[in-house]
Amino acid sequence: MTKAMWSPGETQHEHREIRGFASFDDPDTLSYVDSNGKPNFVLIQQTDEFRALRRRLTTFIFPMTVLFLASYLTFVLLSAYAKDFVSTKVVGVVNLGILLGLGQFVVSIVITLSYARFAKRRLDPQRKALAEKTGVEE
Amino acid sequence: MPTTGNPVLNLSVFGVFVLITLYIVYRASSRNQTASDYYAAGSSFTGAQNGVALSGDFLSAASFLGISGGIAANGYDGFLYSVGWVVAWLVGLLLIAEGLRNTGRFTVGDVLAFRMRQRPVRAAAANATLVISFFYMIAQMAGAGGLIALLLNVSSKTGQAFLIAVVGIVMVFYVLVGGMKGTTWVQIIKAVLLLLCVTLMSIFLLGKFGFSLSAIMEQATEHNKHGAAVLDPGVKYGISTMSKLDFVSLALSLVLGIASLPHVLMRFYTVPNASEARRSVVWATWTMVIFYLCTLVIGFGAMALVGTETIAAAPGGENSAAPLLAFRIGGAVLLGIVSAVAFATILAVVAGLTLAASASFAHDVYANVIKRGGAEPRKEIRVARLTAIVVGVLSIIGGIAANGQNVAFLVSLALALAASANLSTILYTLFWRRFNTTGTLWSIYGGLGSCLILIIFSPVMSGHTTSIFPDIDFAWFPLGNPGLVSIPFSFLCGFLGTMFSKAEPENSTRAAEMEVRAIAGLGTRS
Repeated sequence: MTKAMWSPGETQHEHREIRGFASFDDPDTLSYVDSNGKPNFVLIQQTDEFRALRRRLTTFIFPMTVLFLASYLTFVLLSAYAKDFVSTKVVGVVNLGILLGLGQFVVSIVITLSYARFAKRRLDPQRKALAEKTGVEE
Repeated sequence: MPTTGNPVLNLSVFGVFVLITLYIVYRASSRNQTASDYYAAGSSFTGAQNGVALSGDFLSAASFLGISGGIAANGYDGFLYSVGWVVAWLVGLLLIAEGLRNTGRFTVGDVLAFRMRQRPVRAAAANATLVISFFYMIAQMAGAGGLIALLLNVSSKTGQAFLIAVVGIVMVFYVLVGGMKGTTWVQIIKAVLLLLCVTLMSIFLLGKFGFSLSAIMEQATEHNKHGAAVLDPGVKYGISTMSKLDFVSLALSLVLGIASLPHVLMRFYTVPNASEARRSVVWATWTMVIFYLCTLVIGFGAMALVGTETIAAAPGGENSAAPLLAFRIGGAVLLGIVSAVAFATILAVVAGLTLAASASFAHDVYANVIKRGGAEPRKEIRVARLTAIVVGVLSIIGGIAANGQNVAFLVSLALALAASANLSTILYTLFWRRFNTTGTLWSIYGGLGSCLILIIFSPVMSGHTTSIFPDIDFAWFPLGNPGLVSIPFSFLCGFLGTMFSKAEPENSTRAAEMEVRAIAGLGTRS
């Protein structure tokens, strides 16, 4: 972070337009980009917006991971250790095990689509807001 | 043999495919390739294109031929194996794709070394990539041997060896001329063709049986020696307590290993940004779901119409189920198309593997370990191309040596290796702030090492009639797939290595950069 001085004649509003300069005198103009145009990642990491984004992302992906692993392992373990149960015929000769297996396909599609939707509706706008606040692009 | 169709026709369908793809590779290549062109196709593919190419990496000999054959032979247990190939994409989607795209440029090493000490971590990442790719490659080349046997009716080992060498040479040519762009286009074309083939075959089969899967399965039981039991679990994996545990281990390796394979991870760099990386996994998931639904129909269809015994007796064994079914319902032309596409699949997958291995050596080892980050880009590409040739030669030798080995099995070992060495390390580095260089090295080498050691002392290597060395017995590890032990072990190693060593405050700026880039996608172009 660079401390900047400005000439007495300059108004504060004009100063805010200049990216890459920050002053401790005015916390609102804290800059997230240094004078070389390099983003100050430590500062961005500490913003409330970034923390909220991180929390929102992790509270989605980790429980979802646990969910699909649990569902998949249930199918695998039932097939290995509960042979009679999964051999129950359901439709014609199609048994419960085949349906549970096809159920894994359904689970995969549902989680995939819900993540894609979540990312597009919740995460991406938050990322965009953070980009606008910090002036750091992709 | 009448069931294998016409070798001349098969060969010409295949020849036409190779010529078309070679032309496309030639057109796609740019004269002045930059490193980004060669490794990552200039990040110019869309999510949809890359998604189809991603699934193309898995519509390989091991999965298309192996799984439809597995279902045709073992019914339920074959299907059980196929489910993991779809579910695994969730690991890629939720945990890896976007973070990887945002923090790396060309290789897995880019991500793993991002906030760590460069040289040791890059070297470790390259070691893991080379070992995993080599195992996977040998599996593919061995599959090529079996397929050629069926396709061209070449049954002598020398003839097959010659054809494996031809595959290797064409593959190296793809890589050298087309780089990542050419390889990706080949994957896309092949994946679309294969999907069309399996969808049409499935619709035809379903139509023949009044659109009832149950009817297909019922007739199938009449042509399998296990009878109705083939529809229940246990024909293949349910023999003993150990074989059940072995299956659980295999299932874990599958679901965690697929999205940790270096050549798959590298695909995420061919798209311009993280949201396209996300889209590509969504596309890949859809493609895989359709594909494996069709495989289920084709597998049971082959059992019903061709019969398990006929399949087992054909050259290529189980792997020949899909081609034989194609011949049964569409005659020599459909057989020619299906076999040519399956064969081209091997070609494209091996090209992708060669690219991943050569990128890892040139970018991680040559440019960053030997030249300490000061390599000239042109020289780096030259090293990458030379490596591709060396890898090609090695894979031809390995493929000839492994010809006749069980393909699906070799693939499962590669997956266990990938899940053990890469997954734990990638997850820690993306989501755990305290993770450091020591932890990285421990989890890579701990996972890779334990996995290799357990393979060496497993029944796969010795002590059984089906082992690679059946006459001696030094097996003390009971499972054929080590994933159940080595994957948790690598997570433990990464954790202990980190806790027993000092935090690296000097890397905290890089760590902040990595986290902001991975999660928020900011500053990824800087």
